[in-house]
Amino acid sequence: MTVVVLRAGRRSLAVERRTVTLSTVLVLMMLGLALVGLCHGPSWATPGEALAALVGTGDLEVVVRDWRLPRVLAASAFGAALGVAGAIFQNVTRNPMGSPDVMGLDAGAYTGALIALTLWSGTAGQLALTSVLGGLLVAAAISLLSMDGGLSGLRLVVVGIAVNAIVGAVNSWIVLRAQLDVAIAAVGWNAGSLNGVDWTDLPIPFTVVAGALLLMATLSHAMHQAALGDAVAVTTGVGLDRLRLLMVLLGVACTATVTAVAGPIPFIALAAPQIGRRLARAPGVPLLPAALIGAVLFQGADLAAQMLLAPVSLPVGVVTTAIGGCYLIWLLAQEVRRA
Amino acid sequence: MTGDGRRSLATSVAALVAGIAVLVAVAVAGIGVGAQAVPPVEAVRALVAYDGSADHMIVRDVRVPRAFLGMAVGAALAVSGALIQTLSRNPLAEPGILGVTMGAGFVMTVGGALGLAVTSAGELMLSGIGAVLATCLVYAVGRSSPLRLVLAGVALSAVLSGISLGMRLMLPDVFDRYRFWSVGSLAGREQSAVALPVTVIVLALVGALLLGRALNAVALGETVARTLGADVVRIRCAALVLITVLTGAATALAGPILFVGLIVPHVARRIVPDSVPWLMAWALVLGPIMLLVADMLSRVLLPTGEMPVAIVTAFLGGPALIWAVRRYGTRAL
Repeated sequence: MTVVVLRAGRRSLAVERRTVTLSTVLVLMMLGLALVGLCHGPSWATPGEALAALVGTGDLEVVVRDWRLPRVLAASAFGAALGVAGAIFQNVTRNPMGSPDVMGLDAGAYTGALIALTLWSGTAGQLALTSVLGGLLVAAAISLLSMDGGLSGLRLVVVGIAVNAIVGAVNSWIVLRAQLDVAIAAVGWNAGSLNGVDWTDLPIPFTVVAGALLLMATLSHAMHQAALGDAVAVTTGVGLDRLRLLMVLLGVACTATVTAVAGPIPFIALAAPQIGRRLARAPGVPLLPAALIGAVLFQGADLAAQMLLAPVSLPVGVVTTAIGGCYLIWLLAQEVRRA
Repeated sequence: MTGDGRRSLATSVAALVAGIAVLVAVAVAGIGVGAQAVPPVEAVRALVAYDGSADHMIVRDVRVPRAFLGMAVGAALAVSGALIQTLSRNPLAEPGILGVTMGAGFVMTVGGALGLAVTSAGELMLSGIGAVLATCLVYAVGRSSPLRLVLAGVALSAVLSGISLGMRLMLPDVFDRYRFWSVGSLAGREQSAVALPVTVIVLALVGALLLGRALNAVALGETVARTLGADVVRIRCAALVLITVLTGAATALAGPILFVGLIVPHVARRIVPDSVPWLMAWALVLGPIMLLVADMLSRVLLPTGEMPVAIVTAFLGGPALIWAVRRYGTRAL
């Protein structure tokens, strides 16, 4: 394995060359997709026009800077958040299916958001708070229910599926009981969409996601130590219980924040870490490739959702569900072949 | 069989009769519950001394057909669940969780939207095709372990629900007619053409009861079954056909309803352990009870209107799945 050492003053970081190349390629893809996202609309802009608008000149300033840019940024940031959340849960459960959406964390976050919408006014702050609480409650319920002398991966996932079914039923019940206007908003939102996202929706979620990603980056070394096995982790001085708790909290924060703004976006958290692991050929489930691939996937899916039925914009959750479910089936088939 | 066995046979028959009595009581109670509450006495009078009043009309034209519909669907789901659990020896197997129900509902929705399901027979056919395709796919992907089978089913259901949501957004007019089927419910289905699917269900239920003894041998394991002289392949095929027919017909009648097929066999097995024929008989009684109770709840849980019964069964069934995973999840998997 080729290792590159990056130096900045007295600090140095050893990175595999493959990871560097992969990350560069992914960042370029992100930028490319972002440019397409800025150009795409009822009337296409040329890349030149889009870039000019971005720096504040040209005729399309309002369209590009106020309408398209928030959407593009939200897709990247939320995709990265979901990718990292997926990597966290797959590391903690040691199972490629252990992703927050399969286990019902989005459904719990959605319940929290529904409560904020139906009982209170549903401001951005309330939504963020109640969805994080909803996600945390579901995470706590799943781990309590599946614990029995250690967490076994698949069992945790199936308990998650069961909890998901219950929470989903509760959500439907709340929606059916709600007043019509709230219900329509809630159902549309349940499909998972970035339609209508603008700057005012974004400061709180971006702060939460950025904080969680930064904190997780500082934990990544400990996480990889823990992935080598409990004994190794303990001898290298990693406090396992606290580490896992912190990781789960961060993962829930990421998932719930995305759900609060965009609704449940299934399967990115499931697929991104696995694709990243395969491309990086890394042991465990590394964070950086998961984040970058999550961002690329979300942007690509959102563009596809906008283009498939243009001028009507599909909810992006529809696209990720259909593609992601096929991916999950393929993943299972692969494991069967190997077994 | 010992003398003890004979005594337990009498007890079992008595228990089953008691179960049937509960079923009748639940059905009568269900006839009274709804937006327009009808007292039980009046409900019975509507059947034996019809006087054409509003209450009697509701009972005759809506509540009674709906109760029979619920019984047929509940029995079909529960018995197909019992068959699939016995056949696969997987306590988590259930046509709903394994995606078979969703496959049936999806193909029916798409076919209906394309104008293929103009008759009740057409709907039944499409639903059956969907059930077969889903069964094959999920089994091919997840056969290596019970939990994996569940995951494959969940994944397939997710794909299908995503695609159908997309299509509903794309072709709202076409799909509006079929949106009822996207969530399982008994409401409003009483008046549609139910004769053919119900007949099919009744025939398949009789078939399942007849197959019970043969399945008893298969349940002991393939080798034992062979030594007992059972034609394992033929029994398996027959059971698979019955599962598909029952799930398909139930879905054609009421749309995708999950978890009934999971819970009922577990409850039945607590009452009569180790006997497949008795398991079938109890599934036949308990399935309708569960669906009728869920349907009654679905009529009272909302201040106005009704809730699709599938939401109630998910609410009841989630805890049952957790219990089943905790009980059987790590053992024998």
